Amino acid sequence: MILRELPPGELRRRLAGSGLRLRIGPVVAEILSSFRTVETAVALHYAGHEVVPDSDFADFHVAVEPPPGVRRWVAPQAYFKFDDRSAFLPLPAAQAFPLLEWGLNWCVSVHCHQYLIVHAAVVERGGRALVLPAPPGSGKSTLCAALVARGWRLLSDELALVDLSGATLTPMPRPISLKNRSIDVIRTFWPEARIGAVVPDTLKGSVAHVRPPIDSVRRAQEPATPGWIVLPRFEAGAATELRPLSKCDAFMRLVDSAFNYNVHGRAGFAALAEVVDASVCHTFAYGGALDEAATVFDDLAKA
Amino acid sequence: MSASALVAGVLREPAQLRDSGMPWEALIRAAREADLLGTLAARAQACASLDCIPPAPRAHLVAAGHRYRAQQAAVRREIGEITRALQHLDVPVVLLKGAAYLLAELPPARGRFFSDIDILVPKARLPDVESALMLAGFATTHLHPYDQRYYRRWMHELPPMRHVKRSSLLDVHHTLVPETAQVALDAGALFRAAIPLAGMPGLFVLSPADMVLHSATHLFHNEELSHGLRDLVDIDALLDHFTHGHGEFWPALVQRAAELDLQRPLYYALRFAPRLLGTRVPGDVAASVARHAPPAVIGFLMDRLLAAALEPAYGRASTRWARRALYVRGHWLKMPLPLLAWHLGVKALRREEPSPA
Repeated sequence: MILRELPPGELRRRLAGSGLRLRIGPVVAEILSSFRTVETAVALHYAGHEVVPDSDFADFHVAVEPPPGVRRWVAPQAYFKFDDRSAFLPLPAAQAFPLLEWGLNWCVSVHCHQYLIVHAAVVERGGRALVLPAPPGSGKSTLCAALVARGWRLLSDELALVDLSGATLTPMPRPISLKNRSIDVIRTFWPEARIGAVVPDTLKGSVAHVRPPIDSVRRAQEPATPGWIVLPRFEAGAATELRPLSKCDAFMRLVDSAFNYNVHGRAGFAALAEVVDASVCHTFAYGGALDEAATVFDDLAKA
Repeated sequence: MSASALVAGVLREPAQLRDSGMPWEALIRAAREADLLGTLAARAQACASLDCIPPAPRAHLVAAGHRYRAQQAAVRREIGEITRALQHLDVPVVLLKGAAYLLAELPPARGRFFSDIDILVPKARLPDVESALMLAGFATTHLHPYDQRYYRRWMHELPPMRHVKRSSLLDVHHTLVPETAQVALDAGALFRAAIPLAGMPGLFVLSPADMVLHSATHLFHNEELSHGLRDLVDIDALLDHFTHGHGEFWPALVQRAAELDLQRPLYYALRFAPRLLGTRVPGDVAASVARHAPPAVIGFLMDRLLAAALEPAYGRASTRWARRALYVRGHWLKMPLPLLAWHLGVKALRREEPSPA
């Protein structure tokens, strides 16, 4: 059963009581939260995700909850808990849903060493993956949202899960996190996008999430093979430009962006080498002309 | 069945992993909380291939396998760096706990995760050792003057050191229990009995008896019980190994506990390891250490507190309360009462400053 098919009131009952077990790509997370903002956001963003029965294996048990004591009411806070233990410092309660999203990223990146995990957005067309590794602020998520708007399948906005044996990429479709000005940019570019509440004043500025397309979520068990590695760089007013990149440079960028390269040693080197070998590598500069940008990638996919 | 009994049972008999009724989620979750996923992965692999395990829990064991292999390789490299930093001092360096098990290739090392490296050096050489480690890039942590004084004046170790580039953590000990504890432990005896590591000049591990006693002391004297089950698994694996290798191991262990004034921790270790892990302890040894049992009321309380504290903390208020009680007990053993009152008072009144470490 998918989340939006739950009977009325059932989502709240599960989030506040027995736990909501959601299949999110290769993992199942059991989520608890008494925050209404979390309930609303989960209902929107995870509408197409599969709700699994309580008897199914859950990989992670997480909760976003208010603290005991006065901070429940006075300048209220939200804690992210993993196995009942607070995993980070609390944030203001208004940021409860972004906190859940960051917490889920954390769960995967510190535990799922069956993959080599790279900080990158991944989208797919024709079975081939476009990997966009980039540091924060490079316009990775904006570009990712624009490509998804143009029909690319979303694998992940944040975490590229590279299989160590065959260098395939495993999807984990979740909400795309937009920051600051890119929220309005995407509203204009993609009017049909389902964008959740804007949460101001986070560590990363204002944050809003875009619901992943239902089709991407439905195909979450379909891996993709490496096709392109593109290093995006946003610079206000810059001309749209796709330039070839040496495989060495692409490889080093993947290493720099990997969360657990140190865990995998030689096997990690080999897996990344395979991804780079199988990919056409470029850098991409853009200044906000998303139409032009999307066309460049459409052409790249046709070539 | 309690979660710790579930994990302990599977560690004892990994063949249970083929059972169709295995509660996988409870097992993986409890093993992860106890920091034993790597050990579980290694034991599962040794008994059969991981293929007989359903894919979802298997992924956790595969991930844990990658993690422990990487950590163990890193610990070996780090010990090489530490040895190089100290070799000109001509000081015996005794590896403790995980690092010792790993380099001496003892069974508890199989699949074990590491958070830091512990070494023991003679107290008289502590200043030289600390300077040499600083020159090699290790910097002290806990920069607050009170913390520095706490470690240097009262504890059995320097404040933890962290390498500025590699971020590896190193605890430099000069004995096994705090200086303020009511235990008459002669650290010199540890060095006299230490065993050199073949092919690694200057590096030693504790003698088998001392190794077990240190692990028992660490578990039953410590105020931190969150890794209690893992400590007990170490003790079980050590006892099992030494029983098979050395005929005179058990009498030597009992005698050594008397010499080092560590009979009480040994009593607890030999009470709890068989209970949870089925460790085989000869009857005469059990009878002999039972003389060092605490008074009946304390024994009754400790049985219940330890059993609760060894359970995972999620969803269980009793575990959290038991760990709090044992935390107080750990401090009580660590320091005489007036000093303890002073210490806790300072900690309570101090404004917590963000630690740069």
